[in-house]
Amino acid sequence: MPKLTLEDLEKIRQEARKSIFIREQGQFKAKIIVHMGTCGIAAGARNIMNAFLREVEKRGTTDVLLTTSGCAGLCSREPMATVELAGQAPVKYVDLTEKKAQEIFEKHVLGGQIVTAYALGIGSEKTDL
Amino acid sequence: MAEAKEKLYRTHLMVCAGTGCVSNHAFEIKEALEKEIKRQGLENEVKVVTTGCNGFCERGPLLVVQPGNIFYQTLSVKDVPLLVEEHLLKGRPVKKFMYQPPEEKTPVPVLSEINFFKKQVLVALRNRGLIDPEKIEDYIARDGYKALVKALTQMTPEEIIQEITVSGLRGRGGAGFPTGLKWQLVRNSPSPNGEKYLVCNGDEGDPGAFMDRSILEADPHSVIEGMLIGAKAIGATQGFIYVRNEYPLAVKRIYIALDRARSLGLLGHDILGTGFDFDIRVVRGAGAFVCGEETALLASIEGRLGEPRPRPPYPAEKGLWGKPTCINNVETWANVPVIIDRGGKWFASIGTPTSKGTKVFSLVGKINNTGLVEVPMGITLREIIYDIGGGIPGGKKFKAVQTGGPSGGCIPAEKIDLPIDYESLTEAGSMMGSGGMVVMDEDTCMVDVARYFLSFTQDESCGKCTPCREGTKAMLDILTRITEGKGTEEDLVLLEELAQTVKEASLCGLGKTAPNPVLTTLRYFRDEYITHIRDKKCPAHVCRQLNVYTIDPQICLEKGHGCDVCRRNCASEAITGAKGESHKIDQAKCIKCGVCFDVCNFGAVRVE
Repeated sequence: MPKLTLEDLEKIRQEARKSIFIREQGQFKAKIIVHMGTCGIAAGARNIMNAFLREVEKRGTTDVLLTTSGCAGLCSREPMATVELAGQAPVKYVDLTEKKAQEIFEKHVLGGQIVTAYALGIGSEKTDL
Repeated sequence: MAEAKEKLYRTHLMVCAGTGCVSNHAFEIKEALEKEIKRQGLENEVKVVTTGCNGFCERGPLLVVQPGNIFYQTLSVKDVPLLVEEHLLKGRPVKKFMYQPPEEKTPVPVLSEINFFKKQVLVALRNRGLIDPEKIEDYIARDGYKALVKALTQMTPEEIIQEITVSGLRGRGGAGFPTGLKWQLVRNSPSPNGEKYLVCNGDEGDPGAFMDRSILEADPHSVIEGMLIGAKAIGATQGFIYVRNEYPLAVKRIYIALDRARSLGLLGHDILGTGFDFDIRVVRGAGAFVCGEETALLASIEGRLGEPRPRPPYPAEKGLWGKPTCINNVETWANVPVIIDRGGKWFASIGTPTSKGTKVFSLVGKINNTGLVEVPMGITLREIIYDIGGGIPGGKKFKAVQTGGPSGGCIPAEKIDLPIDYESLTEAGSMMGSGGMVVMDEDTCMVDVARYFLSFTQDESCGKCTPCREGTKAMLDILTRITEGKGTEEDLVLLEELAQTVKEASLCGLGKTAPNPVLTTLRYFRDEYITHIRDKKCPAHVCRQLNVYTIDPQICLEKGHGCDVCRRNCASEAITGAKGESHKIDQAKCIKCGVCFDVCNFGAVRVE
């Protein structure tokens, strides 16, 4: 009996991919940006970020990228997050809770349906830079 | 089954832990990062990973934040708190730790946008900066051991050799022998008891070369997997990795990698249930340059004195303990898994008609971006030196580049558009070698360079054959004479004659190539030799015995106010003058040590 079978090796690969995919510059199906300026953090953005992180972990996705950025400018509606599906305009979500984050992950990130009830708007701000 | 479920983190901090960065306190930075991450309560979100050499050694210690590929450089422990708070806690990448190209005003945040990385094509270094070399799972996640599965379950030995032949892969250790052909020869060689061996040559000895070391440190499993595939192709059951003991980090990581592969069953008996047996032993070399030569290396593995023997018989027929043995260099082995995985045709699509794929070079010397680069064959020297290397520091003029280490030659500035492949380098009088690339600027004396490299080979000559032992010594004597201003024009004739003889008559590659630096500098920089001999001058002011040091009395007095520093530092008491007065050098007493020139803060000491 060999120590490792072909299936075992493949299993190790699948399992290991779940953690290291974020190091690669590949194509991601979706990108979630949690806004973590001081205002966001004060309003609980860390919990939102962790809620998304646990969703990624739970479902074992390797094509959803979770990142953070600074303040988005609308401090009164924090915590905020932006969801960007590949090839589509980004959608900003406001006044998030962990539950809302889970719902957004399931419906929008995985299902492709924008959760309009929590969305602020679609598209990015224009800059002159 | 070793299937520890890996905890998910939102961010991985990839800390470069290649030898260069480690000597710049990379491990202290790693510790500081972990401490600070904990202090900010981010320990469940952010993970610190140590990787092998990232390549941009000039800018170490390095850190790459993933996702995002944000590149931080020249970090120190005291930078850590700000970096963690700004980037990781608040999501604001910190500009002041980013790389800023010398002539530009804004930093370049993303690694792949930096010129140093832009033109590189990573094949042998495909996992650099992306995996922890001490974790086999990281390697497996990056499609590691996938090629092995293919080779063991879907390919016959002939098909594997065919694929390598199609790829056009040639030995990356120096001579450039076609790898597929070598494997075929070993496969065809009969062995009395069926035993054949396989060796990974990691005895990298060229001054300024660190390709093999970096591969072994950054991705040891790629070498192990390559060797496993090679073993199936040639029918070997035992392999050896010969590595210098002076590469402690590489040695450590190879041992860890072998242990992990063995404990998973990727080495040993009945690998992956295919009935294939193979194992690898590490042999640590004592650091003799000649042991990079294959027959000397084999002697060293057998426990004998590391001396070469005449070929034929080649190791492919009679190698270790008289059995057919396949020897390939570290980088060659690291290329094998990708070729099997992606196909020989894919590999052959990179490079030139005769030199396929990529080559790793260590870029050192008078160059802005010192580091490890992997480029497609056929790229020009100009692209490597200016686009990737960022040019020559201090606005100096590019003079020559030495490729192939002490066995290679100096390629002059006028050949800067030379494409890098085995043939053009040989034609230019140099060689690919294992990939050392020493860049020289206008302040380099080519006679001195030839003397330096020859002193290296002369020192490392094993002494077995007369042409190398005596010839290199005689050549070195002549070169030393010339640098001291005692050379004659007849010396040049003798030097060339000796060089040809040593090249033709030496037993092994060390002697056969040792004259190359002399021959190429004579070919391209003959006028510099002539100036040393006829005018007794060194145009680059490197050969100190030819320099004349004088003090400009006006500058000494007006700018330096006769500071007296030169006189106090002069060991031969050749300088006269009291404090507050201008000083003078007595040429009869001066031993040309150059200390006065080095210590004068006012530029009053002149050298001619």
